[in-house]
Amino acid sequence: MGKSVLLIEDEPNIVEAISFILSRDGWKVSTHANGQTALARIMETQPDVIILDVMLPGASGYDILSSLRSEPKTRELPVLVLTAHGQDRNREMAEEMGASRFMTKPFSNVDMLEAVRSLVAS
Amino acid sequence: MATLNVLVAVCLAYVAFLFGVAFMAERAALRGRVRWLRSPVVYTLSLSIYCTAWTFYGAVGYAARSGLEYLTIYIGPTLIMVGWWWVLRKMVRVGRAQRVTSVADLISSRYGKSTILAILVTTMAVVGTTPYIALQLQSVTLSFAAFADTTELGGAGNSRWTALWLAVGLALFTILFGTRNLDANERHHGVVMAIAVEAVVKLFALLAVGLFVVWGMSGGAGAMLERIDASDIGTWQMQGGRWAGLIFLSAAAFLTLPRMFQVLVVENDNEDHLRLASWAFPTYLMLMSLFVVPIAVAGLTHLPQDANPDLFVLTVPLSQGQTGLAMLSFLGGFSSATSMVIVAAIALSTMVSNHIVMPIWLRVAHGGASMPGDVRTLVLMSRRVAIAVVVLLGYIYYRFSGGGAALAAIGLVAFAGVAQFLPVMLGGLFWRGATRAGAISGLVTGFSVWTWSMFLPSFGSGEILPSHVLDAGPWGLSWLRPHALFGIDGLDPLVHTILWSISLNTLVFVLVSLGSFPSPLERLQGAQFVDVFLHSARPQSWSGGAAQSEDLLVMAQRILGPAEAQALFRRAAAKQGLAGYLPEPEPDFLNELERELSGSVGAATAHAMVGQIVGGASVSVNDLMAVADETAQIMEYSTQLESKSKELTRTARQLREANEKLTALSVQKDAFLSQISHELRTPMTSIRAFSEILRDSDDLKPAEKARYASIIHNEAVRLTRLLDDLLNLSVLESGQINMNMEHGTLRDVLDHAVAAAGGAGILPIRRDPENEEVGLWTDLDRLAQVFINLIANAQKYCDSPQPELRILVKPGLGGGIDVDVVDNGSGIPHDRQEMVFEKFARVSDHDAGGAGLGLAICREIMMRLGGQITYLPGQGGAAFRVSLPAEALATSA
Repeated sequence: MGKSVLLIEDEPNIVEAISFILSRDGWKVSTHANGQTALARIMETQPDVIILDVMLPGASGYDILSSLRSEPKTRELPVLVLTAHGQDRNREMAEEMGASRFMTKPFSNVDMLEAVRSLVAS
Repeated sequence: MATLNVLVAVCLAYVAFLFGVAFMAERAALRGRVRWLRSPVVYTLSLSIYCTAWTFYGAVGYAARSGLEYLTIYIGPTLIMVGWWWVLRKMVRVGRAQRVTSVADLISSRYGKSTILAILVTTMAVVGTTPYIALQLQSVTLSFAAFADTTELGGAGNSRWTALWLAVGLALFTILFGTRNLDANERHHGVVMAIAVEAVVKLFALLAVGLFVVWGMSGGAGAMLERIDASDIGTWQMQGGRWAGLIFLSAAAFLTLPRMFQVLVVENDNEDHLRLASWAFPTYLMLMSLFVVPIAVAGLTHLPQDANPDLFVLTVPLSQGQTGLAMLSFLGGFSSATSMVIVAAIALSTMVSNHIVMPIWLRVAHGGASMPGDVRTLVLMSRRVAIAVVVLLGYIYYRFSGGGAALAAIGLVAFAGVAQFLPVMLGGLFWRGATRAGAISGLVTGFSVWTWSMFLPSFGSGEILPSHVLDAGPWGLSWLRPHALFGIDGLDPLVHTILWSISLNTLVFVLVSLGSFPSPLERLQGAQFVDVFLHSARPQSWSGGAAQSEDLLVMAQRILGPAEAQALFRRAAAKQGLAGYLPEPEPDFLNELERELSGSVGAATAHAMVGQIVGGASVSVNDLMAVADETAQIMEYSTQLESKSKELTRTARQLREANEKLTALSVQKDAFLSQISHELRTPMTSIRAFSEILRDSDDLKPAEKARYASIIHNEAVRLTRLLDDLLNLSVLESGQINMNMEHGTLRDVLDHAVAAAGGAGILPIRRDPENEEVGLWTDLDRLAQVFINLIANAQKYCDSPQPELRILVKPGLGGGIDVDVVDNGSGIPHDRQEMVFEKFARVSDHDAGGAGLGLAICREIMMRLGGQITYLPGQGGAAFRVSLPAEALATSA
């Protein structure tokens, strides 16, 4: 049985693409499009890995990440931060907040798959 | 002839005696024994120079001619002395406090140390005193003639020579004792003492003659009184106007005559001496006048009809064979004449040298005060020459007036002349508003009237003024007749002159004073004079400055003499706690020095001399103006600096604002680039991800392949549209667009927009066909773009279950039209309404394909078309109003 991934992303086409890639690799993929209700969703689904978009309706990905890192239960939860803002300061900010990995859009499918795998392996 | 020789011998002996008295007094003064020299008795006796030969001889003549009128000449001074507390005390106090040297000095000092005024007063005083000196010469000459009884020798020639020799002798005596040294206080101990002695001699002589007449000739007081009653003199023939005029005149002259000022104020040593003088001097006058009427009556009774009544004092004893008594009487008259001439000459020479010679010398010798040379010699020389000239002028007047006029008449001419100083003098002492301009104008006016109506006619008809001028006025102007000015005829000539000269003088003085503005120094001096009893004298202060003490000492030595100057400087230095004789040029010291100097050369000159050395520290009007200018310049400069600094502050603020704007622009640009990057990356992410899937996956179903390909296609279209919008917006914002103006109707534009947005199939649209028939003249394509964007937004964001769009056309402001585009969704939240027109300001991140540039483009287009687009809140859904201006409307479609 595959590990579970929660994809928090509001752009439907991107959700579809990532879901397709991971599902084919054997991951159990669930998706969520709203920032405001994302935390509750995470607590509920208890995923092995989270892919987190930054620009979300309701709450920013960074807000969600800092909430996760302040909670003991989710402090060690692997989070892949995904953003269309590709500048260096975005990466630095994400890493300070406690992102496990950082990827910019657009990405290569192989890289995405490899990143999610590495997060579970470690 | 023998008698004449005896007379000359007696005269010479008397003069030698006076010489001795004066010399002894000087010696005593040098030894410091001034107390008895300066007693109130001596002061009072010295005032007796008021009683000149006029009084001695003339009063009897006056009484013989006009009865008791002669008394007025004594009543005036008596009133002044009795009322001394009011005027005299103030004048003496001011004179002492300000080191005043003469009446000219007093007036010039009061009116801002004015040189012009000093020269004017000096000139007037010389002119006014000249008849008086002539009077003395005439009386002595007459007395010589009477005594010698030399009719066969006599005639005019002899008396001329007598007068000339007398003039020369008086001038010499005056020069010898009046200018022996330059006293800092302008006090002449020797002369004053001699005058006091002469006062005793003339009183004694007159009393002796009087006693002889009453008891020796007429058989006692009772018989004398009976005789007086019988004569015309005893009858009371008072003419009110003339009496009042004469009393006023003699009172005025007592204060303003240069010689009276000399003895009253300048030679005064102690203000308290006035206490004794206030009753003793009137007593002296009373004694002098006591036997005037008896002598006159005796003369009229015992002497022939044609005898000159002016000489009764002499001729009555002579007719009785009393040669000794007559000799005494002659000496009394001689004393009266000489004392007057001496003091008058001294006073006038002081004025001439201080107020005319010194200012000229100071002006000619630039930087004069610090140039080498002995100023003392110059001052003394100028005084000696002035004395000679003054006496000579008297002689010339005597010669011209022919020696024929009655003594009293000549005296009154002089009185009226110097009385012109009175308004200016009293005004200066009691009225702070009196100004220099007023003083000059008043004096010139009064003196002109006096000259025209009294002085010139006094030479006699035809002498200077032709007789027709006297009778008919100059150029036939009868209102200018000297004895009937302004057509007022029938007045006594004396009253006439006094009335016009004094009243016009006073009137002009007051009016000009009121109309002119005093200089600072004038006001300062005015306050010093008027309020002399309030604050003790400090005439005006020097403001220190770069005065050179050495220069001051050099100058002071030349004026005060080395010994006195060095003593003064050493005292001042000691007072400042310094050794040696060079004190710091502090204001106190400079004021003291100026006061000391002004005692020798007058206030104006002393002020100028110290001013030259102290250099610019004087409070002259020009200096004040210069200081004021400087201050104004500094103020202007500081104002400029202030405005410059304000300008700098403003520039700095502008720079800061510009910098902030630039920073904000830079931040905006970063944010914009970041936004664009985000907007571009999102579709590209999908395109890349799905194209990789298509490339790497062989096992895709055809339906999946088709779906992914169409996603890629849609995202590519979205990208293209985004880039188009960006370019469009960029062009609109830069303003580099060409408007394609066309005619059309609103209906056509809306039809086109609805069709371009995909037709009414996607979203039902309710239109307003009647109102849409509006002709337009504008860029129709760009206007259509606005509606396309609005319809597209409604299609994307209207969240009603049964979406519907209404397009309403209404008349707008200023003759334009409003097109409202309203949907029935939930509308835009209140807090986002403000920013919907900003770039990338999507209301929701739940994107329906827009890049957030549509409304920004709409706003730019409407701005270019001269209209605007606004959000209309409270319409039940998202509502936008497109406003077109009247200019965009065309009458024909």
